[in-house]
Amino acid sequence: MIKLTDLRKVYENGVVAIDGVDLGVAEGEIFGVLGQSGAGKSTLLRCVNLLERPTSGTVQVDGQELSGLGRADLRRARQRIGMIHQHFALLSSRTVAGNVAFPLEAAGVPRAERAARVAELLELVGLADKAGVHPAQLSGGQKQRVGIARALAGRPSVLLSDEATSALDPATTQSILALLKRLNRELGLTILLITHEMHVVKSICDSVAIMSEGRIEEAGRISDLIATPGARLTREIFPLPEPAPAGTVTVTFAGQADEPVMSALVRKFDVDVNILGGSLEELQGAPVGRLRIRLDGKGAADALAYVRERGLLVEVAA
Amino acid sequence: MSGEELVSALLEATGETAQMVVWSTLLTVLFGLPLGVLLVTTERGGLTSAPPVKAVLGAVVNVGRSLPFIVLMVAILPFTRLVTGTTIGTVAAVVPLTLGAVPFFARLVETALRGVDRGVVEAAQAIGAGRTRIVARVLLPESVPGLVAGLTVTIVALIGYSAMAGAIGGGGLGDLAVRYGYQRFDTAVMIITVVVLIVIVQVIQSLGDLVARRLSHR
Ligand SMILES: Nc1ncnc2c1ncn2[C@@H]1O[C@H](COP(=O)(O)OP(=O)(O)OP(=O)(O)O)[C@@H](O)[C@H]1O
Ligand SMILES: [Mg+2]
Repeated sequence: MIKLTDLRKVYENGVVAIDGVDLGVAEGEIFGVLGQSGAGKSTLLRCVNLLERPTSGTVQVDGQELSGLGRADLRRARQRIGMIHQHFALLSSRTVAGNVAFPLEAAGVPRAERAARVAELLELVGLADKAGVHPAQLSGGQKQRVGIARALAGRPSVLLSDEATSALDPATTQSILALLKRLNRELGLTILLITHEMHVVKSICDSVAIMSEGRIEEAGRISDLIATPGARLTREIFPLPEPAPAGTVTVTFAGQADEPVMSALVRKFDVDVNILGGSLEELQGAPVGRLRIRLDGKGAADALAYVRERGLLVEVAA
Repeated sequence: MSGEELVSALLEATGETAQMVVWSTLLTVLFGLPLGVLLVTTERGGLTSAPPVKAVLGAVVNVGRSLPFIVLMVAILPFTRLVTGTTIGTVAAVVPLTLGAVPFFARLVETALRGVDRGVVEAAQAIGAGRTRIVARVLLPESVPGLVAGLTVTIVALIGYSAMAGAIGGGGLGDLAVRYGYQRFDTAVMIITVVVLIVIVQVIQSLGDLVARRLSHR
């Protein structure tokens, strides 16, 4: 749905913000880009709707190559790409309904149709009763809901989100994330979001890319990355002392959390299991955990084979 | 001067001042608003980025701003005659008043428009709004309180300038004060005229503040 090829962005001041990025976002998925401040996340996102002109490389959205479009065509393409912003970016001079109507005006939708569509959108984000209120009277979470309604006005296939929850408190963040997930499911909306909070990725993302200094260090579906030895994502979600001390075993399990694997080891292989550390997280509602253990006893090798057989990822520190 | 004469002189002078100020205000907005918009949009990275245009406009505005009004008024007398056919009277005074106020107002417009959050403009671009729409539907509406405040300051300045313009034949309150107070040593007339000016300025400033506050939704 979104395809970035060999993208580079060098700002006039010489800063290389994006340094050769290839990225593909599949239809209907929620794709998170994680990275520290200055990694180039915002620049990357702004390249997708060409708010920022890439220095080189191509941008494709919904099968359409954007970089070559003229001004008018680009405007039309942008009407089909929704965007929400960290600081909401609402028009303070307009009411909630007026804000949501803005993209419809820009797209030339007739007045009567606009009113109906605005009502429908406000209903969708749960703000039907706030239509006539000015943004200044809304809470942060409500403002972002207006932002989301506005972004959806043109029935976009893609929604871009630049730190949409970074200015919100944890509870409000959760409700906005739940709304995004619902829109993703109900409308089949593809979402590309950038964030510096692992929490956002854990709650709603299907795929993730980790970005640092303008490059993508690691990208893929979260379930695949969890099953990949040495994945940076796994290490970031489950922080354990790195590097793992020699002789220790790190086990990552997804979904098998309810199987009594550890006690089975002790019983079947006559080994001592010494738990050194670990944590359990919910990834999109499913439990995933990571455990660092030390195995002592003659049956240790067989025990590891058994764990591997059960589909758990086993990493042995040399 | 008798009380009755004074009242009629004051009324007449106030009417002349109003005439000068109203017309020059309208013309100032007509020319100054687009100029102020261009000062913002033509800058590097602006909506209609054109740095050379911005440099020229900026220079013109600066020259206009640095010229003392009295000098401007005299310097453009030929131009005033060309436009209005005369160099004296309230109509002729409108020309230098407008010319003096346009750069002033344009800078205030520029400042007001710069107060609009960049993120809001970007959001409009991301939505697929064109440049004209962004100016007309985002930049200007979002800066209305600032524009009203700028307009108020401009009108007050024009009232001050108009007193000067009046002194060289435009009539109005300034002219009245100078003629009676300075040239005929009729201090009472001068003081009353000044009081009338103060009241007018106060009323306009308060009105402007009120409107700006009413229109602000921040
Ligand atoms: N308009 C600009 N001109 C010059 N340099 C810029 C510009 N915008 C961003 N940069 C630089 O590009 C790099 C990437 O910035 P970017 O905003 O994309 O990072 P980010 O990952 O979004 O960071 P944050 O999490 O702080 O928002 C930074 O070094 C930044 O200073
Ligand atoms: Mg950013």
